[in-house]
Amino acid sequence: MKTMLKVDHVSISYKIGDFKDIGLKEWTMRHLKNQYHVETFMAVEDVSFELMEGDMLGIIGTNGAGKSTLLKAVTGVMEPRGGHIERNGSISALLELGSGFDGDLTVKENAYLRGAMLGYTKDFMDETYEQILDFSELREFAERPFKQLSTGMQSRLAFAIASLVQPEILILDEVLSVGDGAFQEKSAKKMREIIDGGAATILVSHSLAQIRELCNKVLWLHRGRQVEFGEAEAICDNYESFLAG
Amino acid sequence: MMLQKLKQHQFLFSELVKRDFAKKYKRTILGMAWSILSPLMNLLIMWMVFSNFFGNNVNHYVVYLFAGQLVFSYFTDATNLGMNSLVGNAGIFTKVNVPKYLFLLSQNVSSLINFGLTLLIFFTFVAIDGIPFTWKFLLLVYPVGCLIVFNLGIGLILSALFVFFRDMQYLWGILTQLIMWMSAIFYTIDSYSYTVQCAFLLNPLYLFIRYFRKIVIDGTIPTLQFHLLATGYALAALGIGAYMYKKYNHEFLYYV
Repeated sequence: MKTMLKVDHVSISYKIGDFKDIGLKEWTMRHLKNQYHVETFMAVEDVSFELMEGDMLGIIGTNGAGKSTLLKAVTGVMEPRGGHIERNGSISALLELGSGFDGDLTVKENAYLRGAMLGYTKDFMDETYEQILDFSELREFAERPFKQLSTGMQSRLAFAIASLVQPEILILDEVLSVGDGAFQEKSAKKMREIIDGGAATILVSHSLAQIRELCNKVLWLHRGRQVEFGEAEAICDNYESFLAG
Repeated sequence: MMLQKLKQHQFLFSELVKRDFAKKYKRTILGMAWSILSPLMNLLIMWMVFSNFFGNNVNHYVVYLFAGQLVFSYFTDATNLGMNSLVGNAGIFTKVNVPKYLFLLSQNVSSLINFGLTLLIFFTFVAIDGIPFTWKFLLLVYPVGCLIVFNLGIGLILSALFVFFRDMQYLWGILTQLIMWMSAIFYTIDSYSYTVQCAFLLNPLYLFIRYFRKIVIDGTIPTLQFHLLATGYALAALGIGAYMYKKYNHEFLYYV
């Protein structure tokens, strides 16, 4: 079996401090008064795991455990401070659904823009655009400005676009919990198709039932540190008893 | 290497250009007309105010004025819009791994098209004013090329700075005012001493404007040093901008 993704002792840091949204004037003042403080905050520390072909990895952990940060490093948006990430395939990520869409553009324009962001080609989008409309059930809204869509519709579109390709590594961050019941079922079915297609998938979810149902491996993070990595069932049980106190 | 990357992201680039266009002109013909009209209005106002003072001493004063206005309005348009290209697209680059300079490039495309259209109107003015078109006009490709690169470079620098310092917009507003006054858009520098006249060339904008006027009004080809200086400014701006993007590539994320 082929290793799709290897995360080797990865640490990721954030800069924190009240340096955001300040101007040059304020920056200078703070430097003069010696009040400019920037701290490094380790959001993820020493995490290692491996993803094989056909694997479905669930990442669990309480809020602030570093799940999203870890995914950002996997997709290459963030650079790990330590450790190494080895990717053996194209990555398609669905991070925080609404982001990256533009409210003033139409559904169609947004679909193409999003497709382009995910690295699809124009020909591919031309071919699959109809499928996207069908899958997301947004045909009658195609020429409407995106901001007129409900949140559920927006995430349906995002899912429809991202799931169309057969990315070798698919990343889903809290995605399956959107849409109404019928759509959730549809998207779960689509997901299973992708997984069966041989791709490796990473799923972040707060729904343990979902993780148990879909994933064969689980990574449990707590405050940036890796608690456990391995077979899904056992870790889910441990996590559940941890949550219960 | 960079070309290869550009090819890989060609589709994204064209979609970004479309988006910036749609947003800039709000899908109206009037929106597009307005962005060309506004420099023309400026031209009209300047002409009304200053032609009495300078019109008699300067040959083809309208063309003289227009050359300055043409270069300067492209510069302000490209840099002001370009400044927002990182902060405005934070929602994208904090989620998806794409080359960050794409946002600035696409923003510059609409400014460039604007400039192209204004340039056509400029040549119409030149023709109306009775200036003959010569082969030397082809040389204008050179300052235009330098100006494009220069504007891109300044755009890179400003957009990076704007991520860190949110008052850059106001500072840049003041600075462009200053550059405007120092670019001799509506006045001539003939009455200054030779040293001062040379000092004006330290202002890249003035250099580009001067190139246009030399070719179009004087019908002379600028010296080799002049050409080198133009390239120097363009490459310096681009170099600094590219260096900042490279150095802070993974830092921008913390500040947005």
